[in-house]
Amino acid sequence: MTYKIGLDIGSTTIKAVVLNDTNEVVYKSYERHKSRVREMALEKIEELKPIIKDHKFKISLTGSAGLGIANNANLPFVQEVFATTKAVRKYHNDSDVVIELGGEDAKIIFLRGALEERMNSTCAGGTGAFIDQMATLLNVDLAELDSLSQNYTKLYPIASRCGVFAKTDIQPLLNQGAQKENLAASIFQAVVDQTITGLAQGRTIDGNILFLGGPLSFNKGLRDRFIETLKIDESQATLPEMGPYFVALGAAISAESETQDYTYAQLMDALKRAANVKVSHEGLPPLFNNDDEYLEFKERHAKAKVQEVDLASYKGKAYLGVDAGSTTTKIVLLNENHEILYQNYTSNQGNPVDVVQEQLTKIYSINPEIQIAGSGVTGYGEELIRQAFHMDQGEVETISHYTAAKHFEPNVDFIIDIGGQDMKCFKIKDNRIDEIILNEACSSGCGSFIETFANSLGYDIIQFSQMGLMGQHPVDLGSRCTVFMNSSVKQAQKNGATVEDISAGLAISVVKNALYKVIRIADPEDLGQNIVVQGGTFLNDTVLRSFEKELDKPVVRPQISGLMGAFGIALIAQEKSNGTSTILSKEEVENFTHTSKVVNCRLCGNNCSLTINTFGDGKRLIAGNKCERPIKGEANFDIPNVYALKMAKLESYKELSKPGKRGRLGLPMVLNMYENLPFWHTFFTALDFEVIVSDRSSKAIYNKGQHTIPSDTACYPAKLVHGHIVNLLEKDLDAIFYPAMTYNFDEGISDNCFNCPVVAYYPEVIQANMDVKIPFMYPYISVNDKKDFMKKIRRYLKEQGYSISKKEIVEASNLAYAEYENHTNEIESYAREALEYAQKEDLKIICLAGRPYHIDPEINHGIDRLITSLGCAVISEDSVARTVEFEKFQVLNQWTYHARLYQAANYIANIENCELVQLVSFGCGLDSITSDEIHDILHENNKMYTQLKIDEIDNLGAVKIRIRSLLAAMEDREEANE
Amino acid sequence: MSKIERVEFTKEMKKTHTILIPNMLHMHFQILEELLISEGYKVELLKTKHQNIVNEGVKNVHNDTCYPALLVVGQMIDALKSGAYDLDKVALIITQTGGGCRASNYIHLLRKALRNNGMAHIPVISVNFYGLEKNSGFTFTYRFLIKAIYGIIYGDLLMWISNQCKPYELEAGATDAMDKKWTKKVADSLHSTKFLHIKANYKEILDDYASIARSNEQKVKVGIVGEIYMKYSPLGNNSLEEFLLNEGAEPVVTGLMDFIAYCCENMILDYSLYGINKMNRNFARVVIKYIIHSQRKMIKAIKKHGVFRPMSDFSQISNIASDYISKGVKMGEGWLLTSEMLELIESDVNNIVCCQPFGCLPNHIVAKGMMRKIKDNYPYSNIVAIDYDPGASSINQENRIKLMLSNAKLNMEESK
Repeated sequence: MTYKIGLDIGSTTIKAVVLNDTNEVVYKSYERHKSRVREMALEKIEELKPIIKDHKFKISLTGSAGLGIANNANLPFVQEVFATTKAVRKYHNDSDVVIELGGEDAKIIFLRGALEERMNSTCAGGTGAFIDQMATLLNVDLAELDSLSQNYTKLYPIASRCGVFAKTDIQPLLNQGAQKENLAASIFQAVVDQTITGLAQGRTIDGNILFLGGPLSFNKGLRDRFIETLKIDESQATLPEMGPYFVALGAAISAESETQDYTYAQLMDALKRAANVKVSHEGLPPLFNNDDEYLEFKERHAKAKVQEVDLASYKGKAYLGVDAGSTTTKIVLLNENHEILYQNYTSNQGNPVDVVQEQLTKIYSINPEIQIAGSGVTGYGEELIRQAFHMDQGEVETISHYTAAKHFEPNVDFIIDIGGQDMKCFKIKDNRIDEIILNEACSSGCGSFIETFANSLGYDIIQFSQMGLMGQHPVDLGSRCTVFMNSSVKQAQKNGATVEDISAGLAISVVKNALYKVIRIADPEDLGQNIVVQGGTFLNDTVLRSFEKELDKPVVRPQISGLMGAFGIALIAQEKSNGTSTILSKEEVENFTHTSKVVNCRLCGNNCSLTINTFGDGKRLIAGNKCERPIKGEANFDIPNVYALKMAKLESYKELSKPGKRGRLGLPMVLNMYENLPFWHTFFTALDFEVIVSDRSSKAIYNKGQHTIPSDTACYPAKLVHGHIVNLLEKDLDAIFYPAMTYNFDEGISDNCFNCPVVAYYPEVIQANMDVKIPFMYPYISVNDKKDFMKKIRRYLKEQGYSISKKEIVEASNLAYAEYENHTNEIESYAREALEYAQKEDLKIICLAGRPYHIDPEINHGIDRLITSLGCAVISEDSVARTVEFEKFQVLNQWTYHARLYQAANYIANIENCELVQLVSFGCGLDSITSDEIHDILHENNKMYTQLKIDEIDNLGAVKIRIRSLLAAMEDREEANE
Repeated sequence: MSKIERVEFTKEMKKTHTILIPNMLHMHFQILEELLISEGYKVELLKTKHQNIVNEGVKNVHNDTCYPALLVVGQMIDALKSGAYDLDKVALIITQTGGGCRASNYIHLLRKALRNNGMAHIPVISVNFYGLEKNSGFTFTYRFLIKAIYGIIYGDLLMWISNQCKPYELEAGATDAMDKKWTKKVADSLHSTKFLHIKANYKEILDDYASIARSNEQKVKVGIVGEIYMKYSPLGNNSLEEFLLNEGAEPVVTGLMDFIAYCCENMILDYSLYGINKMNRNFARVVIKYIIHSQRKMIKAIKKHGVFRPMSDFSQISNIASDYISKGVKMGEGWLLTSEMLELIESDVNNIVCCQPFGCLPNHIVAKGMMRKIKDNYPYSNIVAIDYDPGASSINQENRIKLMLSNAKLNMEESK
């Protein structure tokens, strides 16, 4: 008999288990490897020397990083899920389902019935690494995060698609002052939701459940969320003592069947050989070829600086600027000559209000006589900070940044600001912002990403970025999203890349992501001659250097790169100052208190969750609202909103349903039903069916069908279909009708009239993945040729057991076609009236251009109401699409919904005071084609292009900044034209 | 909308311009390259596979566009920028499937990329069944179509039996050498009518491949299905076939002809479901009949020869998925993808890699959307879906494939 060693080297940790002759565990360990995989493997075996040196033993490696070592050292390898299954069968054979979360992989193994082992797809980042990131965001360690989560009172909806998305939801909640207890639990809930959506794929998670892996072993809060969400009994959930080491245990068991025996010396030899294998990744050229290049670089950038002046001795007027960003708060105090009296850059640590209070106290204590004559705030936390400290000015960040950049380079052509989580780019033309480009959730490879990454490898950010400058073979990490970068880093580790190379590679990725994904340049010349770079991330010299290298030209980086927003708003505060500021005085700041609580708004069906901040002076600020109602008590209903009118019109059909002799027929209110409901509702009502439409979408409805979604990368509107079907099944129906429609109505505005593949064929996904116990009718039908339609639908209904006379069909069809036409005309009349009203009242108009289903408030998250709350009228793409002539273009224009977007863009080209905002659902492949086209149409017509990506993410913070930036730019243009 | 004037490929250009073909399937495309030469075109098949292809793709195609588009456009732009071609004497060729999938827009993405790189004058030829775009210098003759069908059939045969030899060859490289020899022989035969002597040719090919010394060890068979480019192109799927071979598996890759027949079948369905495209239907019927007829001859030859496992003909595939998915699903690989998975399982290839570009819209329906139902009916089926993307790392892909392989090997041992 021999000893057996199992070594599990994952993306962040190394786990080892040693079994003796009688298969007792004589050693187990779990450690973070901080990317030093080869060294750690070697050290681990050295550590095991006392245990194994006198024995022959067998070994097996597993895990994503273990694969590379096993190859190089020529040691046995076993796939980790396979190993896990083996160990579970041996030690916990009564388990039905295994849930294992690791650093970056999530796995579910179904053991009962057909064995199924599932791993998360590449686009699903929320696991151990995600929890780490979130803990950093909340500024707590993992143990604290866990204990906080157990005292929650409320769960926030947090996007569960992937870590990046979840972060987008959490960050603003933090800024609004939400409690950490609730956030901690919500984070765990997001992991649970993500695991279930991504991996259950139609199979029920029930029976005896075994929890494995580090995150589940160490976080009771996470286990609680699973138990509650899966509605299982505490006794059904098992957390084995070996939980964190289980995969290593599996590897040790697998080692048993290996033929090769090793001695300590042999194994060390093999591992040393692996450690010495030459770096196999090609790597990119180094950032600096020699020291001279580095010195020149340092000197050049030292020039862009602002003078600093002593605060304590300063007498005169001072101007305060605060940039309450997503992860950091920046504060600048200027004298009248724009010189800096005080500056500060602090991580929010979850609470920007405390940070500002602390900093103000400090300023007042350094110079108690300081006369602040103007104050302003910008950024995510603008409202909160402005209300809390009674600041004079609030300005959208884009304007603040431009103001600051002009100070350093009056002829600036292009500004790029990469902050903790946001990336903002502005093109400047004729002294005004011509185009604003902001990153979207799924390309947020920004500063906080590098920082979290550095931390996870055990370095602080400064150390880490310095190391990057020295990287000799920067790793090519791709440029899609942070989640992909994580796995690319894993790959690089496997290939033996150094931390220096990884740091440089990350910086290069961030830059490439910005240039090619966010700004989408084909040629660096597009950016113009004078480029100012700013934002905290550019303080990282590795990023700065990578940027210059990629553009092949020098750029200006102000030394106060991280403070530019605050600097800009301070300049604005000075410009707009009337000589005094309303900002809290020294005493008021010292006595300042602040509490927050969370409530659900009950003013409409959306039940948004609101955070109510109460300040010491009794003033209250409501955050998290999507419209003005909770603040003003009543929304401004005068401002036309075609989205709301369309939604109301569709909902009114429910009232037209009446009992019918052919039974109760359900129509799911999803995807193209937002377009075709008038048609089908009229058709079936006329045929004497009682038509039942599914309820209004909500998170609760979504969750009902969540576990049956087979493809987690489909768009949110598609994933919602599952919930609507469940909702219909609860309504005691005789049948559900959900047609598969390859073709749409031909509106004469396109080369062909396709629906997108998802809209067209989603009924197939429903029939194959959901247990629909009543007849589910999904005919392949086209409504384009009325005669053909009548023939085919009658034949289909007959096959389904409904014998309907030809006469009935003809009559019902006539009514349906007429109703559809009426409906379309009515929607067009909404737009006409909206435009008339807007012109009369001199309102700006936004054409919110998306798809018919984007009017669903659960899908658009209230963006239409947000826009009207800012005083703009909202029209929809379909309300104007047919009013312009169809011009045949070179591009294959073959989808009806998408053709409308082009039409709408052409239409608004001639409307004054009107801009188009495109709504794009995350994962919509077709919009990768349409968005470029719309961008071009708008630009040819001197209009701006704004795109809003929407998904599950419920928070409108970033959207609001975009819309406000757009409105500010519109005003700017208007002034320029006058 | 951007107004890019389409540059026609004229009759004069046929003599002066070299047409660049993006690569997808090694053997088939070499044969097709020679076919075009035999028809008087100057052509070159792009065999590049370096990293800059991806870089050019990332620069020139939108963030969320699917990976095949990115690679095809990237490969072309990379070639044009390489300096190896006279940009005034070069043309590009690309397929346009014409369905509701965004693949129909590749050609426009390519033109846009050309414009952005100051190469808008380069003509791009569309190959499609729908008459979407016409070029006076590039026309399909009856003879051309016959040659194309045979070229593809030969390609399917070579690929099919090569995959049955390579995993078992005793002398490394023997199969590759055979592939090379026969690809050239078949390609050359298109210059005369020699390719029509199928009976003799098939026998010669089968005999030749059968002469490769092979072991009789039992290996795990792994079917490869997916989005067409990802399924076939080593550039797209990170050399999946090679990876499987190195892992000791036998890759099973079904032929290209089925996809063409599938496209034709959809034309027929357009008429029966929606009453449209009647003319296309009549044409499609003839083509399908011809394809099946040709496939059967090949299958008959393999069976008669008796050494290799034959494939299924299109008629056996086309209705196999009727309990799973409607044939109305015609975008992308549509119902064919589901059918291919089922056909593999039915012919005892239970292990399948389904390759898809990240975010592929039709695959939400026809691949991932159907897997649960397949698993329910065939509990021993072992399917893994792999996403490909410029940012996806091969380690993640390999790790998932390895899991599938571990189970495949276990299942094979248990069934012994």
